[in-house]
Amino acid sequence: MLGILWLIPALPLAGFALLILLGSRFNQRSSSLVGVGSVAISASLALAVAISFIGSPPPNFHYRQTLWQWMQLSNFRPEFALYLDALSVTMIVVITVVGFLILLYSSEYMAGEDGYNLFFAYMDLFVGFMLTLVLADNLLFLYLGWEGVGICSYLLSGFWYKEAANGRAAVKAFVVTRFGDTAMAMGLFLLFMNLGSLQIQELMQRAVQQWPVGSVVAVAAAALLLGGALGKSAQLPLQVWLPDAMAGPTPVSALIHAATMVTAGVYLIARTNVLFTLAPVVQSAVAVIGVLTLLAAGFSALTQSDIKRVLAYSTISQIGYMFLALGVGAWSAGIFHFVTHAFFKSLLFLSAGVAIVACHHEQNIFKMGGLRHQMPVVFWTFIIGAASLAAAPLVTSGFYSKDAILWSVWSSERGGNLLWAGGLLGALLTGIYSFRVVILAFMGEAKAPVTYRPSNLVYIPLIILSIFSVVAGFVEMPRTLGDLQLFSRFLETALPPAHPGHYGVTTEAVVQLIAAVTCLMGIYAAYLVFLRRADLAERLVETPITAALHHWWFVGWGFDWIYDKLFVQPFLWLAKVDKDDVIDLLYQGIALLNRTAHESLSGTQTGRIRGYAAGIAIGSVITLAIVVLL
Amino acid sequence: MTLVWLIIIPFLGAVFAWISARWSSRWPRWIAVSALTVDLAIALNLWVQYPGALAYAGRGPWIADFSYPWMPQLGIGFHLAMDGLSLLMVLLTVSLGIASVICSWTEIQERLGFFHFNLMAVLTGIIGVFLAVDLILFYFFWELMLVPMYFLIAVWGHENRAHAAIKFFIFTQLGGLLMLLAILGLYFVHGAGTGAYSFDYFELLNTPMTPVTSMWLMLGFFVAFAVKLPAVPFHPWLPDAHTEAPTAGSVILAGLLLKTGAYGFLRFVLPFFPESVEAFAPTAMILAVAGILYGAFLAFAQTDLKRLVAYTSVSHLGFVLLGVFDRNELGLQGAVMQMICHGFSTGALFILVGSLQERIQTRDMNRMGGLWSTAPTMGGIGLFFALASLGLPGLGNFVGEFLVLLGTYEKSVYITALAVVGLVLAAVYSLSMILWAFQGPKAEDWRIPDLSIRETALMGVMIAILIWLGLFPQPVLNTAAETLKYLPNYTVTAHTATPVQEGERDSVARETGIVPITGLKSPAFLPLGSSK
Repeated sequence: MLGILWLIPALPLAGFALLILLGSRFNQRSSSLVGVGSVAISASLALAVAISFIGSPPPNFHYRQTLWQWMQLSNFRPEFALYLDALSVTMIVVITVVGFLILLYSSEYMAGEDGYNLFFAYMDLFVGFMLTLVLADNLLFLYLGWEGVGICSYLLSGFWYKEAANGRAAVKAFVVTRFGDTAMAMGLFLLFMNLGSLQIQELMQRAVQQWPVGSVVAVAAAALLLGGALGKSAQLPLQVWLPDAMAGPTPVSALIHAATMVTAGVYLIARTNVLFTLAPVVQSAVAVIGVLTLLAAGFSALTQSDIKRVLAYSTISQIGYMFLALGVGAWSAGIFHFVTHAFFKSLLFLSAGVAIVACHHEQNIFKMGGLRHQMPVVFWTFIIGAASLAAAPLVTSGFYSKDAILWSVWSSERGGNLLWAGGLLGALLTGIYSFRVVILAFMGEAKAPVTYRPSNLVYIPLIILSIFSVVAGFVEMPRTLGDLQLFSRFLETALPPAHPGHYGVTTEAVVQLIAAVTCLMGIYAAYLVFLRRADLAERLVETPITAALHHWWFVGWGFDWIYDKLFVQPFLWLAKVDKDDVIDLLYQGIALLNRTAHESLSGTQTGRIRGYAAGIAIGSVITLAIVVLL
Repeated sequence: MTLVWLIIIPFLGAVFAWISARWSSRWPRWIAVSALTVDLAIALNLWVQYPGALAYAGRGPWIADFSYPWMPQLGIGFHLAMDGLSLLMVLLTVSLGIASVICSWTEIQERLGFFHFNLMAVLTGIIGVFLAVDLILFYFFWELMLVPMYFLIAVWGHENRAHAAIKFFIFTQLGGLLMLLAILGLYFVHGAGTGAYSFDYFELLNTPMTPVTSMWLMLGFFVAFAVKLPAVPFHPWLPDAHTEAPTAGSVILAGLLLKTGAYGFLRFVLPFFPESVEAFAPTAMILAVAGILYGAFLAFAQTDLKRLVAYTSVSHLGFVLLGVFDRNELGLQGAVMQMICHGFSTGALFILVGSLQERIQTRDMNRMGGLWSTAPTMGGIGLFFALASLGLPGLGNFVGEFLVLLGTYEKSVYITALAVVGLVLAAVYSLSMILWAFQGPKAEDWRIPDLSIRETALMGVMIAILIWLGLFPQPVLNTAAETLKYLPNYTVTAHTATPVQEGERDSVARETGIVPITGLKSPAFLPLGSSK
């Protein structure tokens, strides 16, 4: 059964190839059939593989499939090989299932767009590369998927290419992540030169054998890989590309944020967790960056007016939670949050997409309003998503995953009160900003008539994702509530278990209660500020300090501004000044010298005998003088 | 004799193409394509028979040899030899030669006979350069490339062609002069040291010389090849020549002429002067990184689409130079891979720019924008080659760049760290190029026909080659392996290994059918496994 593994990434890639080669002859129906169908089959195969993997696990809980040798140069022997373990099983199921639902939704959402076939081609390619990334057995093959998803996000962010701004946002997204990618490439060089392999499992074994904990080379390797992860997962300081990548169609955002791309960094760190364990400094950095990012993005999300930008910042913030979990060694909690986040974030984006179209492509939440009565289904699905994002206690999946993270941060020896407090503050912010959107966009008075009536192709994915957003959390329950550990037990076959300190159930209950109350406080605050006393929000930003703060958060803490002044502008200026290449001046100078000499000498060619005679005479005298004197 | 045919066929093609133009304008094109196809068939046949690294393991890299005394009094022979490296280069030359004839199908309408004569003559010279193992013969072919290329630029070029042609000619001619001096110097040093005056490559290997002499002679070769490559700061001829040349000229310049420089490093500089190369390598690697970064930066700065593509060559060939001076298996293999893939990817970009210019009569990107909607196939194919050029994994260029960088890491972490920044800059210029030319709002209301079937088919083949090289690079790596394996070892074994007995060599020659190369002094180039 596991032998069909290669088909899972191959099918979407084949779908891409078919759509690119023949897509221009397809009508929209056959395009979507190929585009959605290939991922649908891939998803069912992934489910079959998962069931088979869980039902009858392969020896040592992993399965390896070699496709072919990529290169062979003395000991540099990367292969095209797939590696399946509990971690990659989890990833492929989420990627294909969520990917399929998003594509199904897109088949109606994108109807009538120019380049419909191209859209599905790119989406298939995206899913295919992401599957390659998570299934790759060695880091070079992983890097192929890694760069591949980067290119796909570029292609899809800039899908509406006629707007120059979209194209620029797409280029920005790729270039910023490429900074991280080059760090990762350096990490690959370092790992290969020091450990003589790029095969991940072999690398991890050799690293443990050869590198003591905290050794410089281990720290360098982990830090370089972290650089790559920061770029792809949009963490500080490389988070600037994600809010701009909203330029693409909304299903693209759903795919980038939920199933592909931004979770790649989380996966990479989890996959190479051994390296991070060997480099405690870097692992702590992961946690600190996670907390700082989740807070910074949380504050920014509070101030945005574009519904998609709120969601974008919320993604950065939630990935921050995943980083925090990885940083304190709660590997499976981080991946758990990835799973639940994939469901509720895609749900939020897809619901928002319907709302945006219904409001005649209005993305400003202050201009939407009142969708509750006009689009009840979407209202409810959005509420479920927002509640799950805000980790509303007991009934949402987000609660269980975020709770697992916060408890690990509190209890783990690698965690600490400060990190926990940061995570808690983040939870408060999440409650506020997610329900701020619900209230502003869906409650209150209707500001425009709704004409768009989506069909079942749109509703079915929304409803399925809503169900997942609620029930996906029930596979893993804390000790205080049912004590179920299906998910972490499963992942422990691939990832090291978390090491919580020895705290009693009461402590855990108290910590959880605090978290639950914080989240509810956030939601209540949103209700208070934005619904009950709607003028309060405006009064809050009236003072100069709060207004400045609001603006600072609104522009994402000014990172774009700094990068613009520090890198972009000088680069553009230099490019403008040196367009004609300063080195060429040297050669032009030589040419000029020659020409001047030529012209001045040819000036002596006057045709007058007198001048020539004088010249000969002077020349003879000088020659004689030289001969005599020497 | 096969090797002689490889050179004679395109030359005959050149002559007949010229003559045939009197009868019909179709003939020169078909004659050129047929001659090159026959050449390609011969080269492919050699490749198929070449069993790769395994069967010849330890048997030395040479697979074919032709020697005829030319001016024996002076030690000059008509000596051709082929190993895996030259085989790959010949394959590249003939393939891109065919591409350049096809891409000129409608672009060139004037003096067709003379155009195809020049085109084929350049290709003849290039094939000769890749096969010659007598230094005078090599120099002859080296200069032979130059003159017809000059005519291609000066006669069929664009607005500023005269300036560009002269600049190209002076730069390469000066480089060639330095090389000639170095060749003569090497000849006399070798003659004075051993008493045997010869220009034969195998004679001249391991010429005894003082470090100072070696360094000066090495620099002579280095400058000649660095101008051709081109390495910063010898690059300013390139953007002018590439931009002003007709499409076929640009394809040959970027795809092939630049590679002769890289080939020269591999064939002559590394084996002739191992110690000087060792001493000079850090400088060369810094020049290489400067080329990678500065070339990429200048590419971004351009507004002329063709000039942008031209500057990307400076950046990409910087990787080649870096790989060559890594002097380890990874770097050298990466350099060869990069040479081949750059030939196809940049060649294809030049062909695209050419077909675009044919349609809108401008290369100014300020006047483009939004072309995707009117020519989607062209946009999509342009995007593909832009991605190849930025080193997307899965395509051949990535294999080349990654191997080069991996090899460089072994020598210097810092140089690697600088060179990888080139990958970021490559993304900047490649994607900006697509943004400015094909995306965004339309600067003018262009309505142009999309790529024709001829153009699409040509591009399709080049796309397939790059994907194949990206996913299955092993055949190419194997072919080059035997040659490259000896280059780095040169510095280690050349002076310590024991000379091999006469008799042994002959017996191997009988067994393998390889012509024993007389006067061979270097154990590294012997067709023998025992001497390593």
